[in-house]
Amino acid sequence: MENQATYNYKVVRQFAIMTVVWGIVGMLVGVVIASQLAWPELNFGPYFHFGRLRALHTSGVIFAFGGSGLFATSYYVVQRTCNVRLFSDKLAAFTFWGWQLVILSCVITYPLGITFNKEYAEMEWPIKILIAIVWVSYAVVFFGTIAKRKVKHIYVANWFYGGFILAVALLHIVNSAFIPVSLWKSYSVYAGAVDAMVQWWYGHNAVGFFLTAGFLGMMYYFVPKQAGRPIYSYRLSVVHFWALIFTYMWAGPHHLHYTALPDWTQSLGMIFSLILLAPSWGGMINGIMTLSGAWHKLRTDPILKFLITALSFYGMSTFEGPMMAIKTVNALSHYTDWTIGHVHSGALGWVAMITIGSIYYLIPRLFNREQMWSIKLIEVHFWIATLGTVLYIASMWIAGVTEGLMWRAVNPDGTLTYAFIDAVKATHPYYIIRFLGGVLFLSGMVLMLYNTLRTAFSGTPVNAQIPAVHAHA
Amino acid sequence: MESLYLLIPLSVLLVFLIGALFWWCMRSGQFDDLEGPAHRILQDDDSADAALPQNGSELKK
Repeated sequence: MENQATYNYKVVRQFAIMTVVWGIVGMLVGVVIASQLAWPELNFGPYFHFGRLRALHTSGVIFAFGGSGLFATSYYVVQRTCNVRLFSDKLAAFTFWGWQLVILSCVITYPLGITFNKEYAEMEWPIKILIAIVWVSYAVVFFGTIAKRKVKHIYVANWFYGGFILAVALLHIVNSAFIPVSLWKSYSVYAGAVDAMVQWWYGHNAVGFFLTAGFLGMMYYFVPKQAGRPIYSYRLSVVHFWALIFTYMWAGPHHLHYTALPDWTQSLGMIFSLILLAPSWGGMINGIMTLSGAWHKLRTDPILKFLITALSFYGMSTFEGPMMAIKTVNALSHYTDWTIGHVHSGALGWVAMITIGSIYYLIPRLFNREQMWSIKLIEVHFWIATLGTVLYIASMWIAGVTEGLMWRAVNPDGTLTYAFIDAVKATHPYYIIRFLGGVLFLSGMVLMLYNTLRTAFSGTPVNAQIPAVHAHA
Repeated sequence: MESLYLLIPLSVLLVFLIGALFWWCMRSGQFDDLEGPAHRILQDDDSADAALPQNGSELKK
């Protein structure tokens, strides 16, 4: 049995390694479906068809890669900032194996065509129940650790992680309400426009709480730690947290502009989306300004480059998002590849980069090394990832606006100027560029895995000692 | 829009819960010191521990 005077790094280590592994798997599937869009002849049989693999990609990168990263960092941060070992080692181990089982079940069932048919919630009901059990265990471990903390103040990163854990539990339970008809088939209890509204209440809040609040928790710990400087304004970080959780819940309807959803609900969604710009940018500025007076560190420290570039992309996509939620802009952007570009500006630029930076920070510490095996390789990874992201976003912007303009173009006599296939042909080159961007980003992850393994094998897995609580500043 | 009969009460309930949590934070002194905690995480030394075993063969390149 482990000595009680150490932190539980084992579960952090497991999740950290799996973050890299699932990152490669999820992004590989992404590259596959990007190539299927560019070259449709690559859609083989029913099992490897775009329609089935697409859900595997989204779940793979969000829940497997992002989720493992959130588990790893939250377990690390909550222990280090509360000065106490995890509430329960057994339950923490259960969350690891449970979460891996969830992912594995998705990997098997999605290509088989077993689906609940809700975006980002495609898993069928037995998997949904398993998620709920794992998630409740996660909450018990996390909040149990907070409850037995040795430091009175709860550091702001823990607030973000805590908000993320609770909100995701609520979203998952409400949106997943199902009526099973057989072991692998169930239907949503909601129907029609109601179902759509619940789905996007879930879908957008998944972006807000899973992909934003959780990763902001990461940001508020790893940016100051890697920069060696306190967060620019701790006060602002607290305001950021409360403003974000008070205002986020109502942005969902912007996914349903110009649909059967009542007009006023759409407008409400648009207004709340615009309001979100304020807390988002407050947080982004807070993170970036942490480097004020230490900008020179950006020149030499590729981990910091990842973290700060992530914040820049966070700022960009949280500006772009509210703009796209404006109904007149949305009339152009909706259903086009612009949306895909926007999502990946957040997913590659923000979520993946902040995760990659944080994992690079963690790995040497988990294996008792001073630093990663090769700093040079991190630098290479950084530039490949940035180039890949820019190629991806820029190509999808152009493709999206092209589609939007071609679809709405009408002749003087009122007929459509272009057939749908014309827009498909026009976007083809950009699909190839997007594929290249994805390949670059994926190859960066392969470098990361190599670097991680070299670091792991040259180090020793350790559980660090819990330092004595020093007098509170 | 029946979904709103579910989602609006749920959101209102949430706002009250979050409000109560915020109130607890103020009362319990979570916001008393908004400078120290930022520095505290930096004082926590989480770098590699010399006392713990490093892999002998790879100590220094």
